[in-house]
Amino acid sequence: MPHYENIPYPFKRPLELDGKSQQLYPVAIVGAGPIGLSMAIDLALHGIRSVVLDDNNVVSVGSRAICWAKRTLEIFDRLGVADRMLEKGVTWKVGRLFHGEEEVYNFDLLPDDNHKMPAFINLQQYYVEQYLVERTQDFPDLIDLRWLSKVTDEELEDEKVTVSVSTPEGNYTLDAEYVVACDGAKSSVRERLGLPFKGHTFEERFLIADVEMEQSPFPDDETHERWFWFEPPFHNGQSALLHKQPDNIYRIDLQLGPEAYPEEEAKPENVIRRIKQVVGDRKFDLDWVSVYSFTCAKLDRFIHDRIIFVGDSAHVVSPFGARGGNGGIQDVDNLGWKLAAVLKGAAEPALLESYHEERSHGSAENILHSSRATNFMTPKSKMEAIFRQEVLNMAEHLPFARKLVNSGRLSAPCSLADMALQTPATSPTSIPPGTVCPDAAVTQNGKRGWLLNHLGGEFILLTTGEAAKEYDPEGLKKLHVSASETDETDELVDVTGTIIAEFGENKIYLVRPDQHIAACFDLSEVECLPTALRRANAGSMMEAAE
Amino acid sequence: MTEKLTGEDKLKDKGDDFYELLITAHEGLEYDESVALNARLVLILANEIGDIEVLAAALRTATDK
Ligand SMILES: Cc1cc2nc3c(=O)[nH]c(=O)nc-3n(C[C@H](O)[C@H](O)[C@H](O)COP(=O)(O)OP(=O)(O)OC[C@H]3O[C@@H](n4cnc5c(N)ncnc54)[C@H](O)[C@@H]3O)c2cc1C
Repeated sequence: MPHYENIPYPFKRPLELDGKSQQLYPVAIVGAGPIGLSMAIDLALHGIRSVVLDDNNVVSVGSRAICWAKRTLEIFDRLGVADRMLEKGVTWKVGRLFHGEEEVYNFDLLPDDNHKMPAFINLQQYYVEQYLVERTQDFPDLIDLRWLSKVTDEELEDEKVTVSVSTPEGNYTLDAEYVVACDGAKSSVRERLGLPFKGHTFEERFLIADVEMEQSPFPDDETHERWFWFEPPFHNGQSALLHKQPDNIYRIDLQLGPEAYPEEEAKPENVIRRIKQVVGDRKFDLDWVSVYSFTCAKLDRFIHDRIIFVGDSAHVVSPFGARGGNGGIQDVDNLGWKLAAVLKGAAEPALLESYHEERSHGSAENILHSSRATNFMTPKSKMEAIFRQEVLNMAEHLPFARKLVNSGRLSAPCSLADMALQTPATSPTSIPPGTVCPDAAVTQNGKRGWLLNHLGGEFILLTTGEAAKEYDPEGLKKLHVSASETDETDELVDVTGTIIAEFGENKIYLVRPDQHIAACFDLSEVECLPTALRRANAGSMMEAAE
Repeated sequence: MTEKLTGEDKLKDKGDDFYELLITAHEGLEYDESVALNARLVLILANEIGDIEVLAAALRTATDK
């Protein structure tokens, strides 16, 4: 019995079905998974209206994605949903890697007191989607979320796309300026456009099971760990993973080998037998079981005229490293402000091209890392198996070998350095443009807060040091970070000294609406700022303080 | 002499790149061909290191004697 009860959302008869609406929607979003929902919220925060169409009427069945990385949580925080996720989620810290019976090494993801968000939380995808659905309800005038509405066709015209929708009460069409395809790994939008989805499918099968279990398998009930085995002693496959989720649910992944029969393996009696080998005599209930094989693939181009691909419809990865959902949320973060600026006429459609450039690069990096991890887990020849065996044998004593052990490189944002929107820095002492602005504890008016909560949503000029304080160009929101307590109520105070240390003194940073650094200048270079701002908007003169 | 190498990590963020190159070089080879490739590689790397003390320590580390 699944612990989480999926409550169906109601179908509401849209005006279009009765021919009562001829309106042009700025954006139609296909799919209300984590990516489509986040997309609608991000656009709404920019004041852009969207209609979201989903063929289903429940959130994710089964937990699927469980690991959400720091950068994703920072984005969710900007979207206004992170607090609930942190409260419900399991923050895990300690990871242990075993080879057979032996522990090879462990790591501790120490919380960084200077960052609001932890390195990772575990939270079932159904909770993430539920919280996002509830957040969309804060924007009744901007988000029109339609369940049981399957998109069956899209017709590209000069100024719009006509979308065909099929519902239990009949079919209709609606017009949108842009279509954002968030319809997942099997994207039918992608299929209808005939776009190749090139990549690699791994033959290996994995059993993924969630079990509800009162008694923790970890030595310390309070410390949530992640255990990964190569050649686990309790089953004859190549690897196994054990991970804690909220509600006393544990995720167990077992690598079954390429010859396994999915239907046979997914039978409860076989699953229960295997899980007993992992958790011993502890009492447990099966919550969700699935047998997977994984593909790493991506589209060549994420933008096709007025149709934009975001999330799994644009790229899929194997789950080692948790780069699927996390990568998709970064797509949203990257596209939201650009699409909003283009729809408002504040930027040329050329700005959208940078979404393709930046996120196609990001997803290629995610695919590289998750393919390598999957390869390490599935040696394909005797020699490859020997190399892996010896890496594992040496890992306990030789640090270099430990670094080669690959059970997944955990999701981290890619660098956007040297891409079209970023202006290379002349000074090596700053944080490089293209990087996400690192978080830091700050105070404002004596109240504690976080740097990232003051950034995002629009272009902001961040200045550090006394000399840069006076620089205040017209038309751009400015935020000054002061090294010590100040009387200025709008300034931030660098309470721990890390901002000045990391960002440098008397620096001027141009921070994008997605909290990435677009440019960094010394005070002597301020005349370059207008050019950098224009470049960060793909040549458009955008009113930053819109 | 019991001196061994400490095995500190020198490849840094290029470790995964190297491992991929290594595995790719072996792709499609018969087992014997792979063994021969390894032998050539050891000899070439030894020459590049060019320091008999380091090589002796590496051998002791690998054979764990
Ligand atoms: C076992 C497993 C473990 C994973 N673990 C992690 C993890 O730990 N961390 C992580 O970040 N990622 C993980 N992932 C990946 C993650 O689940 C996906 O990346 C994520 O779901 C992608 O979200 P999406 O919104 O793009 O697509 P989906 O979640 O697939 O949502 C697509 C939505 O579109 C709807 N739809 C489809 N076609 C149509 C249509 N024609 N009309 C209308 N609606 C349509 C679907 O009903 C669905 O609601 C995991 C995946 C699996 C399978």
